[in-house]
Amino acid sequence: MSAERWISVGLALSIAASIGLVVTYVLGGQPQVEGALLAVALGGLGAALVVWAARLVDARTQTEALHPTGSPGGTPAATEEPVGAGEVTRRRFLLRLLAGAGAALAAALAIPVLSLGPRPGRELFRTDWAGGARVVDADGRPLRVADLAIDSVRTVFPEGRIGSPDGQTLLIRVRPADLALPDGRAGWAPEGCVAYSKVCTHAGCPVGLYRAADHALLCPCHQSTFDVLRGAVPTFGPAVRPLPQLPLEIDGDGYLVATGDFPEPVGPPFWDMTHDGEAGG
Amino acid sequence: MIRWVDDRLGLASFARSGLRKVFPDHWSFLLGEVALFCFVVLLVTGIFLTLFYVPDGTPVIYEGPYPPLQGQQVSAAYESVMKLSFEVRAGLVMRQVHHWAALVFLAAITVHILRVFFTGAFRRPREINWLVGIGLLTLALAMGITGYSLPDDLLSGTGLRILYSVVLGIPFLGPYLAFLLFGGEFPTETIVSRLFVFHIMLLPALLIGGILVHLAILWRQKHSQWPGPGRTEHNVVGKPFWPSQVLKSTGLMLLTAAVLGLMGGLLQINPIWTYGPFEATTVSAPAQPDWYVGWLDGALRLFPRFELTVLGVTLADTFIAGVLIPGFAFTIMALWPFIEARVNGDRAAHQLLQRPRDAPLRSAVGVAGLTFFVTLTLAAGNDVAANIFRVPVETLTDLLRLAVVVAPPVAGVVTWRVCRELQRRDVERGTNGERGNDGEAGPVRLRRNDAGGFEEVD
Ligand code: FES
Repeated sequence: MSAERWISVGLALSIAASIGLVVTYVLGGQPQVEGALLAVALGGLGAALVVWAARLVDARTQTEALHPTGSPGGTPAATEEPVGAGEVTRRRFLLRLLAGAGAALAAALAIPVLSLGPRPGRELFRTDWAGGARVVDADGRPLRVADLAIDSVRTVFPEGRIGSPDGQTLLIRVRPADLALPDGRAGWAPEGCVAYSKVCTHAGCPVGLYRAADHALLCPCHQSTFDVLRGAVPTFGPAVRPLPQLPLEIDGDGYLVATGDFPEPVGPPFWDMTHDGEAGG
Repeated sequence: MIRWVDDRLGLASFARSGLRKVFPDHWSFLLGEVALFCFVVLLVTGIFLTLFYVPDGTPVIYEGPYPPLQGQQVSAAYESVMKLSFEVRAGLVMRQVHHWAALVFLAAITVHILRVFFTGAFRRPREINWLVGIGLLTLALAMGITGYSLPDDLLSGTGLRILYSVVLGIPFLGPYLAFLLFGGEFPTETIVSRLFVFHIMLLPALLIGGILVHLAILWRQKHSQWPGPGRTEHNVVGKPFWPSQVLKSTGLMLLTAAVLGLMGGLLQINPIWTYGPFEATTVSAPAQPDWYVGWLDGALRLFPRFELTVLGVTLADTFIAGVLIPGFAFTIMALWPFIEARVNGDRAAHQLLQRPRDAPLRSAVGVAGLTFFVTLTLAAGNDVAANIFRVPVETLTDLLRLAVVVAPPVAGVVTWRVCRELQRRDVERGTNGERGNDGEAGPVRLRRNDAGGFEEVD
């Protein structure tokens, strides 16, 4: 077989093995297979280069004078041969194949990066809230309307999920007559108990401050301000979307419960956040 | 011994010419050195800290000697930094020196870049080292941000959360990138160990490599110099590397370390015990990041309410304010040598520096850019400032919004005017406006050069 043939075979094997590595990874990975494929992917490329250097490159042996060591340094003697005599012979097909092998190997070596994190999936669209979940405070106590003074605010969680990062919610009690919630949310705030996601719709900080004077929630990170009475629409700062509202009702025992998850994703924006419908939320 | 090595490597002549290498002398040339020496201090203190830090986000109960936190749930990482601060002998001073050194490191880099910019030291052939320098600045910022987040305290956790949100907002890739980087939806326990790998391995390796390249290029191209008697576009006038520059630089290194040591010992920095451990549901208010991130935070604060959904694709304002604007600013900065060469058609190699007044356009652009960054940095403290001056934060923010648009052009125009005025006075006084700090005024002969400009003939 000619040298070109051998090189093409080596490179083709390398490409196939690299693709095999990607496929193996996608299918779940298998150490023995991965090891063998790695050997072929790297070995095929390596062998091809060795054959290339030995057989295809016109490399006349050259002489270079030894640098005189020691102090009386001089410029190194110029080599006789002009540089470039042994340049890589131009072989289009082989060069293309070589580039392909390099790219495939790069892909095969890069793909384990995907192990660093899960695919987002529906994760960003869901929180820990679900219909029927009791509203509990940071100590896990379920709350009744009577536990809340007018204009008091507390951080609440779905029962059994205290400290939930995406389920953290602000429960505020206001005079029901003051509330001017958007259409369709009439029943969401029994006896003036409104609940909004505590995760800022700007960049996700907990919206930590409540100004009772004008019923405003303030985010300390970039001063986004939300109007509690009007469905937490932003009134100042960079946040664009209102804090999502959690639909509440009072269950048979008088405790506050959620009637479902937040109707839209909580927290900072991401590009497909309006695509919630696809997977049924 | 030296003989023995030399006989084998033959480096003596190389070393001799190296030691004789001439460096021009001017205080402003030391700024980069200060940055370098801060980095040395960072490496030394960083190695010490690494020996005690535990890169682990697993929750544990704090049982150390700091009473207010006893019995609280903290992460193992936070606990190890508490231990470092309260129980490890010399731990606190090392931590504080490290933190101060980082702040001064970035400050020194900034001032060094300003020096290079306003004196035109980035012009050909040094555009290449300008690019390396901007790369180093970026790495230094990344070092700062990753290191700052390691203690896993409430303040830095808030910063991380905002970083996560900005990544999340990148169109199309955001959710994937954010999940890959953080290992899932924020907050995750793995993030501190990842930041640790970045902070002590990947980034330092790149930074050290970059610094070596930066210095090698400087060595090869030789340092630029101020105009003065005997100084031309084709020579370097200064002191030899050995002994004067070596002694001076070693002295400067020790002095830098001395100041950092003093700061680390006397000035409290990043007291994570008062911030408390990170918790997903609490936030510290007011929350200010380290100074070098201020402009990024300020951009997020000032950017007006804006979010656009086209064809189901949401363009987040965090992306514009947190990625596009900084990216644009850094790109302009990196490409400035080429932009300037195109604007004024000056593609000649330069060895002599210019005073800011000698390049009014550059100075105007520089001051405008600086004003932009400073305004954004101030904006990062709008809540604090509003408290101090007793004005509503809303008013102050609106003012700053106006300022960030209006102030840079105004500052630029004023600078341009001032430069021209100074140039005019120079002409009146009979100097040519290219006089160095120690130059005598005298007649100047100009000659037309190939590029169409004028250059001085000695
Ligand atoms: S995170 Fe709330 S205003 Fe930016």
